[in-house]
Amino acid sequence: MADAILNVFRGDINGGQAVDYSVPIAPGMVVLDALHYIQGHLSPDLAVRWNCKAGKCGSCSAEVNGKPRLTCKTRMDTFTAGQPITVRPMKSFPVIKDLVTDVSWNYQVNKKIPPFQPKPGTDWKFYQDDADRVQEFRKCIECFLCQNVCHVLRDHDKKAQFAGPRFFVRVAGLEMHPLDGLSREKILKEELGLGYCNITKCCTEVCPEEIHITDNAIIPLKERVVDRYYDPLVWITRRIRGDRHS
Amino acid sequence: MNSSFETHEHDVLVIGAGGAGLRAAIEALAQGVSVGVVSKSLLGKAHTVMAEGGIAASMAHVDTKDDWRVHFGDTMRGGKFLNNWRMAQLHAQEAPERVRELEHWGAIFDRTPDGNILQRAFGGHTYKRLCHVGDRTGLEMIRTLQDRGVQMGFDVYMECTIVRLLTDAGRCVGAIGYWREQGRFVVFKAKSVIMATGGIGKAWPITSNSWEYTGDGMALAYEAGAELLDLEFVQFHPTGMVWPPGVQGILVTEAVRGEGGILRNSKGERFMEKYDPQRMELSTRDVVARSIYTEVKQGRGTEHGGAYLDISHKPAEYVKKKLPSMYHQFKELADVDITKGPMEVGPTCHYVMGGIRVDADIAQSTLPGLFAAGEAAAGLHGANRLGGNSLSDLLVFGRRAGLAAAKHAKATSAPIIDVAQVDAAEKYALAPFQRQGGENPYAIHRDLQKTMQSLVGIFREREDLEKALVELQELNERWTHTSVEGSRLFNPGWHLALDLKSMLTISEAVARCALLREESRGAHSRIDFPNLSPEWGTKNNVIRRNDSGMTLRQEPKTEMPQDLKQILDENK
Repeated sequence: MADAILNVFRGDINGGQAVDYSVPIAPGMVVLDALHYIQGHLSPDLAVRWNCKAGKCGSCSAEVNGKPRLTCKTRMDTFTAGQPITVRPMKSFPVIKDLVTDVSWNYQVNKKIPPFQPKPGTDWKFYQDDADRVQEFRKCIECFLCQNVCHVLRDHDKKAQFAGPRFFVRVAGLEMHPLDGLSREKILKEELGLGYCNITKCCTEVCPEEIHITDNAIIPLKERVVDRYYDPLVWITRRIRGDRHS
Repeated sequence: MNSSFETHEHDVLVIGAGGAGLRAAIEALAQGVSVGVVSKSLLGKAHTVMAEGGIAASMAHVDTKDDWRVHFGDTMRGGKFLNNWRMAQLHAQEAPERVRELEHWGAIFDRTPDGNILQRAFGGHTYKRLCHVGDRTGLEMIRTLQDRGVQMGFDVYMECTIVRLLTDAGRCVGAIGYWREQGRFVVFKAKSVIMATGGIGKAWPITSNSWEYTGDGMALAYEAGAELLDLEFVQFHPTGMVWPPGVQGILVTEAVRGEGGILRNSKGERFMEKYDPQRMELSTRDVVARSIYTEVKQGRGTEHGGAYLDISHKPAEYVKKKLPSMYHQFKELADVDITKGPMEVGPTCHYVMGGIRVDADIAQSTLPGLFAAGEAAAGLHGANRLGGNSLSDLLVFGRRAGLAAAKHAKATSAPIIDVAQVDAAEKYALAPFQRQGGENPYAIHRDLQKTMQSLVGIFREREDLEKALVELQELNERWTHTSVEGSRLFNPGWHLALDLKSMLTISEAVARCALLREESRGAHSRIDFPNLSPEWGTKNNVIRRNDSGMTLRQEPKTEMPQDLKQILDENK
């Protein structure tokens, strides 16, 4: 089989350039295999993050031919032979080196989210239907591809005001947990910036776990926030009961 | 010591952020001590995320007759009675409580019709025992532990690799490592150190393990003077992907067989009938792996040198529901629809039963102040691990290590760091940059993998093992000439050069132990000694470093108390 040309960004925070590498192709090969070939035979200091190479850890995210992808699940035989394949780091995060970006911001956002808190007196019984609803959100492998494509982060860099789709998925998993007793509408509205999302569904399109981020996580959360803050009946009830700030 | 070294101080330092490390950290935090967790990768990416099938715990939600005694018996039988009986006892007794705890921290397991945690069948387990979440149980576990730890406030040092443990007057007092990102050194002072670094799978080319599995923790402990145990026992999981080449070795969960998957050879024969007619596909991993290997060797393998594993007789929706990631894995990586046809599978290096020698109750190694848990520690699984017993191991002994390390820290004076050790570690780690035009670490790694695969694989014999030791010596020699290109900024070539030394050290221990143990037991199969030896059944191999290098000796196992013997007799 003919060799493939990979055009890979090489550089750091101060800039760099794309470099062509010629890589022999084997059946079933994925882009991460090609990057490993470059490390092993052509350029041992090519920086790439990866762990499981099986689509389960979400470490090897990059932009392949302009599309945000897990490189371990992107097969080389999906590309046109003879055309160079471009591999770039995720654009929404600062480059550390080559394909490795600084994703530490995500870990800071995660700390803001109030954790699971069981309802008082729960007997820890619930049913598969309840489990199914949240298990979709708990499939998230934190590849941060949704964060990378979200235009609120990518184009407008609202990292200080907006948590991004990954963390709405996490909040949805907590809010819809059958035994959770906490409400997170206030923090969704005031600290996580849910209102910035205008449901363009870019995040859903790139999710390698096929989580319906917009429809199943973000929209229901938006509804909860609306119900709480903008539903006149709820507002009046709260005024009467005096728990407006709860 | 270079005064510019960044230094952090904790009561307890945990090295490794997989299931065992995180559970240990949580327990130590609960004891009110300060805890730092060092991780080679980003938080939440540890190898535990790849665990698929479930956590073994005798909750008796599905099979009501199950209890810890049966689980204990299964574990001992699976391990061919070489297990540390006390660890097997504690593990079986405490696993259900550890699973319940995960649920209390927010984990969502699959449910029984009456609303409890669902359990599934697995190889070597008498009853349906594995608590699971489809086929992504490890991810659920690691997220739950990660969130719990974050909530409790541990300090996490991500993408940091430890190169040496630091000792003072015969106790472990910390570690020195480097930030993978910038290549700068960092010193950790600690009263207790917990090693939770996993195994050594990357010494083999066909493996289910991630790049992190380079035996670091075992090598660090060994270099610092702690003893290792029984490293000849390396588990080859029977079902890894065999085609296409790029995906070779990726795990195909035992849950496929647990849910009713059938193994066949190229003649369409259900060959497990020959090897274990009682348990068939749900025999223990050592037996199934050897059976597939034998079928292929004798010319009854599939097109790409494996066996067929078929679950397509089950309804497509059921398969997609119970084995979603297997469905996607085969569809996307191998163009195979597992709801319609069989998968091709073959053995893949998966787990090491041996590791750091620990005290059963408190997980302390033979070096005071150094604890170990999870795959990095030895003892629980004996000669062969049962599926599902790893996740429960991480929880049970992670917790015990955290508890004991915190207690030790409270009773111990402030650590004193020896500057000479820090300087020596820095010099050691930077050596590959001082050399020009030397060996490429990737080339040495490939050759190490060839040696281990061809000479220290599923079936072993004296001649091969002796040859392996000669080749390992040559590889060690070549390693001293490694050089790396580029700067210290996120440089994988440099990282591998250092990880490679750990792999070489532990590979040597594996080969030496395998050569010495002249019998076949569990995962250790000697062609020249095909039977169990009653004499070897009472002994462990103990590995230790002295001035002249690696030394091995045998130690008799301690006698099992009468009450446990009775349990084994009753549960035959």
